Amino acid sequence: MEGNPGHLHQESHVYSSQDLPQVLVLEPPPILKHYSGYFSDKFDLLKAWESSLPLNQFLATHARSARALLSPGRYPLTADILQLLPSLKLIVTTSVGLNHIDLPECRRRGIAIADAGNVYNADVADLAVGLLIDVWRKISGADGYVRRGLWATNGGFPLGSKLGGKRVGIVGLGSIGLEVAKRLEVFGCEILYNSRKKKPFVSYPYYSNVCDLASEADVLIICCGLSDQTRNMINKPVMKALGKKGVIVNVGRGRIINEKELVQFLVEGEIGGAGLDVFENEPLVPQELFTLQNVVLSPHMAMFTPESLWSICEVLVGNLENFFSNKPLISQVMDV
Amino acid sequence: MDSIGVLMPIHMNSYLEQELQKRFNVFKLWTFPNKTLFLKEHSSSIRAIVGNAAAGADAETIEALPNLEIVSSFSVGIDKVDLNKCREKGIRVTNTPDVLTDDVADLAIGLILAVLRRLCEGDRYVRSGKWKKGDYKLNTKFTGKRVGIIGMGRIGKAVAKRAEAFSCPISYYTRSEKGDLEYKYYPSVVELASNCDILVVACPLIEETRHIINREVIDALGQKGVLINIGRGPHVDEPELVKALVEGRLGGAGLDVYENEPEVPEELFGLENVVLLPHVGSGTVETRTAMADLVINNLEAHFLKKPLLTPVV
Repeated sequence: MEGNPGHLHQESHVYSSQDLPQVLVLEPPPILKHYSGYFSDKFDLLKAWESSLPLNQFLATHARSARALLSPGRYPLTADILQLLPSLKLIVTTSVGLNHIDLPECRRRGIAIADAGNVYNADVADLAVGLLIDVWRKISGADGYVRRGLWATNGGFPLGSKLGGKRVGIVGLGSIGLEVAKRLEVFGCEILYNSRKKKPFVSYPYYSNVCDLASEADVLIICCGLSDQTRNMINKPVMKALGKKGVIVNVGRGRIINEKELVQFLVEGEIGGAGLDVFENEPLVPQELFTLQNVVLSPHMAMFTPESLWSICEVLVGNLENFFSNKPLISQVMDV
Repeated sequence: MDSIGVLMPIHMNSYLEQELQKRFNVFKLWTFPNKTLFLKEHSSSIRAIVGNAAAGADAETIEALPNLEIVSSFSVGIDKVDLNKCREKGIRVTNTPDVLTDDVADLAIGLILAVLRRLCEGDRYVRSGKWKKGDYKLNTKFTGKRVGIIGMGRIGKAVAKRAEAFSCPISYYTRSEKGDLEYKYYPSVVELASNCDILVVACPLIEETRHIINREVIDALGQKGVLINIGRGPHVDEPELVKALVEGRLGGAGLDVYENEPEVPEELFGLENVVLLPHVGSGTVETRTAMADLVINNLEAHFLKKPLLTPVV
């Protein structure tokens, strides 16, 4: 299996003889940075990034018997990678988005997937609302203005825009979208939405087409996952429909928006502003945005609270423990 | 009515000034180089003052204007108007309640989210290119945190309603318990501060509430506590607040008001657990327009001998 310990002399720090069940990890997830003890107590973590071997070689040499993989949600789990893991039966991912996983291949191989469930919906919703209030009320802009001493020298700061009465178009009314809606309703916003299908038991007006939603809304809040249908969904026609005063908030995935077109529209004043926590090529962010006053940028930190990270840990560990004791998973993703 | 003299002590809003000038003879005090000379020449023509949160009508000003009939404030807080003097002289006073309640409450929540979730710091982190070198640090969850509110008037209630949407348990302090509220009441600010994670100042500034946030309260709120001030600067003992923040004894603060606006203690500029706003609580186009309309309507009502819309005195 793992081979002669002699051969692995340089690699001995990744080979372990512990009896703990082995979990492969390709790239360091933030939860390990903050809660590694919790994991290493229960599992033998096979940390690919600590090896000097190129990944494919590492996997071929050390991971052939790995039955479970812990994914932070960024490194793409392609069919090629999965092919090097013949024993793999479970992927636990810290994200709720599954766009980084070759789902048909997992289906074919019978590899189960467990995600983080609903544990950080509130945090993501809170950030979406925070970004929206920041854009409309110019909070980050005003804070910078005060810190540069400009209030005393230049006087008043430009007025913002009231929340009450604004129409909020939620793109993707899943668990996160619903949490956003629930919060913004109390601020006097009118909620509209677009989703793959109309949701029963929801009284908000439904728009089957994102462009139609955009023409009725003052702001679009992107809460959906990245899929073939949603890639580049927010593009020129949608932004044109949203209009010059329209705002876009994105807590989904960067590639749901055509970033080049978004930047162009913002720079040319064709839309009113944006609050973005995600980007096409994180951590790279288009520099043209850095000088814009009507944009708030956030370093993909929607679920970066100790509470969320801890909850993710608990769910993931729970899934892994159940898997290794042949019990049902806690948060298995069923409609893969 | 265009012979009626209306005094504006400072510049506050262009739309308001435009509308006032259409109807009245407006004196913009800040355009006169010498206040004493101005008063000598024009004091008897002034029948109204339009003030705001920064400048109102103190006793000296009121005494200097023998024909003053009404003070209409472009704000809801009227701590800068000497109400007793006005009552004594039969001068009417109006303010702008209700129209700005939502904006101020929205901003309170915006400040909470900005402080806890490090929105401004995160934005700076990205713009400076630091994100390329590593993730930003953890921030603090808002949903479910205990929110304590000082003052349960229109604004306090509006803040509570919004915080409830984030599943926050609400508690409050007012001079006496409000029977119709379902929130937990604490009979002192220190007790309130000891039992909440986020303390919001939303009461009027009067003698009794000056420095209502003092060292004791700040200590009770503690290292993980966050103070949000959407009231008036003098509600807070500012030097004590600055010390506590700099020394790490208070978890964070979101401030829209300060003791000596527009001066803001520079020691705060380098802190990442603080958000500093230039008194923009009611600062939206929609609300300032509504406030201006209310000021105008109150003045017109007065001079047409009709009932005032939003009288305080």
